[in-house]
Amino acid sequence: MATYLEINKKQVNEEKWEEPFYLNMGPQHPSTHGVLRLFLELEGETIVNCTPIIGYLHRGVEKLGENLNYNQAIVLSDRLDYIASAANNTAFALAFEKLMGLEVPRRAKLLRTIVCEMARICNHLLWLATHALDIGAMTVFLYCFRDREWLLNIYEKICGARLTHTYVRVGGVRQDFTQEIIDELYKFTEEFPPRIYDYETLIDVNRIWLKRTKGIAVVPPEDAINLGLTGPCLRGSGIAYDVRKFRPYDAYGEVDFVVPTGKNGDTYDRYRVRMEELRQANSIIRQCLDKLPETEGEPVVAEDAPDLLMPERIKKPEPKPVPKKGVIFRGADVPVVPPGEAFAAIESPKGELSVYVVSDGSSKPWRLRVRTPSFVHISAIPYMTKNHMIADLIAIIGTLDIVLGDSDR
Amino acid sequence: MGELIDKLIFTVIAAVILLVIALLHVAYLTYAERKIIARMQQRLGPNRVGPRGLLQPIADMLKLLTKEDIVPYGVDKPIFYIAPFISLVCAGTGVALIPLWEKFVLSNINVGLLFILALSSLSAYGVILSGWASNSRYAFLGGLRASAQVVSYEIAMSLALLSVVLMAGSLNLMDIVKAQINSPYKIYLIPQIIAFFVFIISAIAECNRVPFDLPEAETELVAGYFVEYSAMRFAIFYLAEYFGMVVMSALAVTCFLGGWIGPFEVPYIPFFWFLIKLYFILFVYIWVRATLPRYRYDQLMGLGWKVLIPVAIVNLFLTAFLKLIV
Amino acid sequence: MEELLNELKEKFSSVIIEVQEKDYPTLICKRTGFLDLIKHLKEEKGFKYLIDLCGVDYLNYPKKNFEERFEVVYHLYNLDSKVLLRLKVRIPEEDCWHHSVTPLWRTADWFERECYDMFGIKFKGHPNLRRVLMPDDWEGHPLRKDYPVYLEEEQEWDTYKKFIQKYKG
Repeated sequence: MATYLEINKKQVNEEKWEEPFYLNMGPQHPSTHGVLRLFLELEGETIVNCTPIIGYLHRGVEKLGENLNYNQAIVLSDRLDYIASAANNTAFALAFEKLMGLEVPRRAKLLRTIVCEMARICNHLLWLATHALDIGAMTVFLYCFRDREWLLNIYEKICGARLTHTYVRVGGVRQDFTQEIIDELYKFTEEFPPRIYDYETLIDVNRIWLKRTKGIAVVPPEDAINLGLTGPCLRGSGIAYDVRKFRPYDAYGEVDFVVPTGKNGDTYDRYRVRMEELRQANSIIRQCLDKLPETEGEPVVAEDAPDLLMPERIKKPEPKPVPKKGVIFRGADVPVVPPGEAFAAIESPKGELSVYVVSDGSSKPWRLRVRTPSFVHISAIPYMTKNHMIADLIAIIGTLDIVLGDSDR
Repeated sequence: MGELIDKLIFTVIAAVILLVIALLHVAYLTYAERKIIARMQQRLGPNRVGPRGLLQPIADMLKLLTKEDIVPYGVDKPIFYIAPFISLVCAGTGVALIPLWEKFVLSNINVGLLFILALSSLSAYGVILSGWASNSRYAFLGGLRASAQVVSYEIAMSLALLSVVLMAGSLNLMDIVKAQINSPYKIYLIPQIIAFFVFIISAIAECNRVPFDLPEAETELVAGYFVEYSAMRFAIFYLAEYFGMVVMSALAVTCFLGGWIGPFEVPYIPFFWFLIKLYFILFVYIWVRATLPRYRYDQLMGLGWKVLIPVAIVNLFLTAFLKLIV
Repeated sequence: MEELLNELKEKFSSVIIEVQEKDYPTLICKRTGFLDLIKHLKEEKGFKYLIDLCGVDYLNYPKKNFEERFEVVYHLYNLDSKVLLRLKVRIPEEDCWHHSVTPLWRTADWFERECYDMFGIKFKGHPNLRRVLMPDDWEGHPLRKDYPVYLEEEQEWDTYKKFIQKYKG
């Protein structure tokens, strides 16, 4: 590739006999969490320069979104951060609802909050698993997967899918919870906190773990904001910025939770923040479950929410003149959405995920912009890896919690 | 003349039997490792080939033997071919020197301990050369790490063993065991507890096992020095690693745990207690692997030079001093 | 909020064309003098966090009330007063460049690279303006409205074609 050659040409100093040691890490590498490619310039084991190269998973979600209608675009969002797709769905749905001026029923808001927090637990468990595996502790990996499996099974009961569940729709959610799911979730929230404690005892008292995480990749608060870090990475540096608190959406305004922050802004603090978030997420799920009976019997989707006409129903000879519920998309030319623009942001498990959508009045978005946390976090890798060792680089990739589907879009 | 031939035949038969037993141990060590770690991680481990997966090591071996042997473009071929065998021979030869029992040791030489140390240092050449010859940067980094690690931990290990030599007054492994039996505690573990721990930690580092598996750190260097190897040559590196584990554990049993002696005598199986002790130490290896994260390169060096070597030296002087006054 | 907007309108009357009240207050700015405005916002008014920077292509947009083809949209956030501000700069197609804010925010680095990659808007003052998501030798800017979703076969990516040729014969 051109980049490789360019850097090579530039850096090789012909007068000196020694040339820097280059290492091309990825796109196929066990611990770059997907297809991230890092071009490293090393001095011994110390990193002098690190150039992240992304785009190997670029699927053009933004371009595709411009050519699908609003309900279909939500399906694309699942494929962004496939670890926590409920959060992505919510971000897209919030932006579209703002554009259409829809008011979501309270029950739907509570259900959304529950699935979002479940996504957060799933994501943080997977993060802990891979982060610990990267640093070398392999047992935590399987323990975490055990609990994640439980949540994925609950997801399967909720909507039939385990990873890419398009459960959150424009105007609400797909369907209501059954009593079985609620019981299962109650059981989960009962049993999960002691397990978090188990994980902490597995690694938190381990001297090697502390040596590998304390003082690694320290990001001072000013730099963290300047680099655009969000989510646990920013909170690890001591700034309590959380979209759920600053611009509450869904039912986050009515639940009670704490935003944990770190002090030193190193890898260990980010780990502590995430572990604390697991507890908070568990408590949020619990509070929402307690509130669910108040809204018994409410619809879970807004009255005037747009519905998607299925293909076989289009083929019917007599098209219904006025749809029963809301607006039905037939094609590109039916104007259902007022022209304008909307911006919605959520606190996805990885950081701030914001959607900026411009509408021209047709049933398809004119422009669909997704600001994903992983993209910004990868751009911070060169700053964070300076003068660290290769082994730390792995810890840094882990602590940033990146998913390449999220960054490449 | 006839006597010599008899002795030769006896030695060859004994060597073959010992080799087969050692190989079986190595093969089933991989199985045991997978099963024990699976148990610790709440999964099943191998359970498809044979009853409870007992034939898994044999199936693995057959698979590796029949796979295509890929030689990447640009490798230094003679070194690339020979490196795994250096590792294997150096790791495996040590078995011959271990006294399994009062009346059975294949090669009872006077510099036994020194010979084993020399072999284990030599086995680093296999790692370094394979890293060099592979024409891959990951392998190269792995080889560099291995050379630094083996050299520095060799010192701590030798110093720890030196205090045992000082107590026993011999380098012959048989004599060391006999000296232990005649000592007041029957084993050297109690007077030499510091040396024992230094030795175990260095042995883990010497075998490139977790938490010191930096040369082959899977998440950093993919597989380190043998990343370019495939099929049988890859398997040979694995064999060498597990042989190294067995030899190091056997050495620990011989030098610190009193070899074949036990609280009571088991009829017909004179090396029963030897095997029990050996299995226990091997279990510790596996246990550590399932529990601990990996050290960083500089931290590993720091541990070796700043902690283990000073501790071993102090222990050595202490031993010498005690020996002098008692 | 009102105060801030009025103050800005007074102080930067030559830069701000219009102030719109949408879901968030929106300032539509001119390209000249934009850097002063955004520097003022960052350093004096506490808008320290750049949430997002993106481009929008308004080619053939129905009911368009301005001349220029592209817009670059900034979302700024003030962490203390919890105010979100949207800035827009319109970029004509013939003169397709804009000022880079990378010296102010490191996070703008990749956003601007992406904007260049997708729309072809050049950012003056950016230290390393290369493509970020598409391959380095890609032709065209995919998020422009005149870039087709489905390509004809002869329009396929050149490198891919060479690759296919090499391995077919």
